[in-house]
Amino acid sequence: MAMSKRRRAIAFRRAQYALLIVLVLLIAFLADWGEIKQAFFDVETAKKMFPTVVTTALLNTVVYSAFGFAIGLGLGLLLALMKLSPVAPWRWIATVYIEFFRGVPALLVFVALSVAVPLAFGLKFEINSTAGLALGIVGSAYIGETIRAGIQAVPQGQIEAARSLGMSHGRTLVTVVIPQAFRIILPPLTNELIMLIKDSSLISVVGLTAAEYELTKLGRETLSRSPSLTPLLIAGLCYLIITLPLGHLSRYLERQTGGKKLSTPESTGV
Amino acid sequence: MSEEFPPVTDAEPDLAVEITGLKKAFGQLEVLKGIDLSVRRGDVVCIIGPSGSGKSTLLRCVNLLEEPTAGRIVVNGTELTDPDVDIDAARTRIGMVFQGFNLFSHLNVLNNLTVAQRQVLRRSPEDAQRTALRNLERVGLSEKVNAMPAQLSGGQQQRAAIARALSMDPSVMLFDEPTSALDPELVGDVLGVMRQLADEGMTMLVVTHEMQFAREVADRVLFMDGGYVVEEGPAAQVIGDPQHERTRSFLARVLNPTHQGTDD
Repeated sequence: MAMSKRRRAIAFRRAQYALLIVLVLLIAFLADWGEIKQAFFDVETAKKMFPTVVTTALLNTVVYSAFGFAIGLGLGLLLALMKLSPVAPWRWIATVYIEFFRGVPALLVFVALSVAVPLAFGLKFEINSTAGLALGIVGSAYIGETIRAGIQAVPQGQIEAARSLGMSHGRTLVTVVIPQAFRIILPPLTNELIMLIKDSSLISVVGLTAAEYELTKLGRETLSRSPSLTPLLIAGLCYLIITLPLGHLSRYLERQTGGKKLSTPESTGV
Repeated sequence: MSEEFPPVTDAEPDLAVEITGLKKAFGQLEVLKGIDLSVRRGDVVCIIGPSGSGKSTLLRCVNLLEEPTAGRIVVNGTELTDPDVDIDAARTRIGMVFQGFNLFSHLNVLNNLTVAQRQVLRRSPEDAQRTALRNLERVGLSEKVNAMPAQLSGGQQQRAAIARALSMDPSVMLFDEPTSALDPELVGDVLGVMRQLADEGMTMLVVTHEMQFAREVADRVLFMDGGYVVEEGPAAQVIGDPQHERTRSFLARVLNPTHQGTDD
């Protein structure tokens, strides 16, 4: 009755398929499909959400995230350069900033920026600025570390080649190091953008006017007037509409910039 | 920081490179222990020696990629070791070719050749491109203008790197083991380009293990070991009839690698 290792592996794999089929059948028979349909796929509720969910909520989510990512990239690049600076205090400041904002919940930053900071400094922020700043401040802590790692991953020989051609330190950074660093960090940077888009939902804790609703806020707002969870599902699907293509875009760009087939070797002429 | 380039005097000094009392230490490790070297304009000097002898460090000191610990380095009449000298400007006239090619991997061949011309020498895009194409032709790579470095063979990458250095119109070229990372069948192309450069009268400092090349092309050969220049002289003499025991045993090992030398 001794089975060989390979036969045992095959038998084990078949057992797993069988288990999966049993589980699926069990769910299919036991679940109350009418109830589920009512709870998650209520067409009437879904219809009521259109077109606002796209024209206002989806759009606002994209706008807040775009502001946030722009600020996050700028601040992140600055933090990365500070962390690599030969001047020690710059490194300390960047380290404290990164450790702090990576360590506190993003929600606190949103509340602080929308309530405490305007109160303390007598400012009145636009909602775009609040969302963008909060997302940017939190995002830059992660993005900064990623950019630093990318810059350090650029081969030393590339820098030496640039310097030997007479490029200054700064010129080398701008012309050679940063473009190559961004190519290296494109995949993790896309991850950070996706996280940032999801974090934009935190703005929903701040008082928003109807025109300022983003997906999560609209979802929860509709939910409170609806017998079903459909609004949350719609909001969730809308997030996927943004985030799924980003992953594909990142892989595409990676192939374009990092792959070996950028221009065909046959193409001559200038 | 001044943006001027070093004055190009009509009567360029007879010595392209003049090194006196050069020492370089990495922490406690002294790699160069006092080097004196003069290279006349148009000379080809090959530097040979076992690994760890300091020959690459010496070469990298000539354009200050390595900061010397002590000593004086004068290239084209400009003292690079003077802290007031604009080293970036001085480097534009010193071409360097690396063992690992180091073409900018995110730029195609043409942009590799033009980027420093435009940004550092402030040449117009048209001038830069003209110079680039001329130099690509010199190294036999005209058909690869639009290729990315990753699409080229090692030999092609190295020739493109030579063309990139030449596009800055340098008066001295430094070669740091330019063929050591190449497949054997690609070495010849690169050496051919270097030979042609030497024939055109370029001043060249070449760190190399290609004894045949050194023997045929070099005006002078330096044998380095342990941070010193042990022996120097005409190629035929240093390689063909070495005077020092260390030179002899090194050459015996390099020229006849399957035969075990007497020491180590």
